[in-house]
Amino acid sequence: MVNIIWVALAAIGIIYAFFNGTIEEVNEVIFSSAQDAVALTISLVSVLVFWLGLMRIAEKAGLLEKLAHLFKPVFTRLFPEIPANHPAMGYILSNFSANLFGLGNAATPLGIKAMHEMKKLNNDSDVASRSMITFLALNTSSVTLVPTTIIAIRMQYDSMAPTEIVSSTIIATLISTIGAIMIDRYFYYRRQRRLI
Amino acid sequence: MLVHISNWIIPLIILTVLLYGTYKRVPTYETFVEGGKEGVKMAVSLLPFLLGMIVSISIFRASGALDAFVNLIDPVLSIFNIPSEIVPLAITRPISGTASLSIATDLIKTEGPDSFIGQLASTMQGSTDTTLYVLTVYFGAVGIRKMGDALKVGLLADFVGIIASLVVCYLIFGS
Repeated sequence: MVNIIWVALAAIGIIYAFFNGTIEEVNEVIFSSAQDAVALTISLVSVLVFWLGLMRIAEKAGLLEKLAHLFKPVFTRLFPEIPANHPAMGYILSNFSANLFGLGNAATPLGIKAMHEMKKLNNDSDVASRSMITFLALNTSSVTLVPTTIIAIRMQYDSMAPTEIVSSTIIATLISTIGAIMIDRYFYYRRQRRLI
Repeated sequence: MLVHISNWIIPLIILTVLLYGTYKRVPTYETFVEGGKEGVKMAVSLLPFLLGMIVSISIFRASGALDAFVNLIDPVLSIFNIPSEIVPLAITRPISGTASLSIATDLIKTEGPDSFIGQLASTMQGSTDTTLYVLTVYFGAVGIRKMGDALKVGLLADFVGIIASLVVCYLIFGS
């Protein structure tokens, strides 16, 4: 999919430029935008190094587990098919806490372990279980406290208030997560009705 | 009010982590450096992905094709008070993380980070994740072939997220 998007954008652009007489602009932008991308990545280094460094301390101090413990009552309701002390629940909770702190790289392996455990609970079937669909719905709506990459990009382009979007992002992410859970529940009950 | 809370969130997280880490006797500075090295790796590995996508999107914009597309959909969207500049971002957000990040970057750069479009693009990019990527990675890793309703649920949730970003930004930042 990403291949199609990538080629389509460039190809349509070049063909359109041919008819629109903007080929000079296109030529110029090919090299200047590549340079922009390098400058942008360098500005990303600053925020990523600081944030990942800080989060490593949070991880070592056991803050992620503390957070997981706090969310446990909510999650046992969200995943009624998983016993509260099953390892699947532990992985789901740590995946959620890692995502909350913007630790995408740490969250992914935890999420995969959670999926493995949920597959075992589902008798190793190759069909997605109810819990798996709920878990994915939670993950695609991604609850993040601090959108680090976006803050870095805003800084790079001289924002007067690079962090002012933190509250709007948190509210939007909360709404989309609640929406995801409700949509997930709706489809679950629809499946149940069909079985009867 | 909310803008003030925004200013406090990050410093408060930093303070909590540092004090709690010290309380738990974590060698804070050394741990910070160790984790920070991962940040360098991450940014460097992101470079080719971002560069490729940004060049492609810049060609699309410079040729005038992006403006043509935006003008085409503008009459419909203006009825709902939706800025049409945001549509390319909304479409790519569930499909590809780097494509949407590059489009968000392009919008922040051309419209300005503190413009309404810039704030909206920032919120939209930060508030949801790439559904297609999450599905491929998690289902692929454990060999699930029948996804059930997962794709529908994920895409509908993205739609809710996009609408939520719009409404929240109108309420907080105005237009």
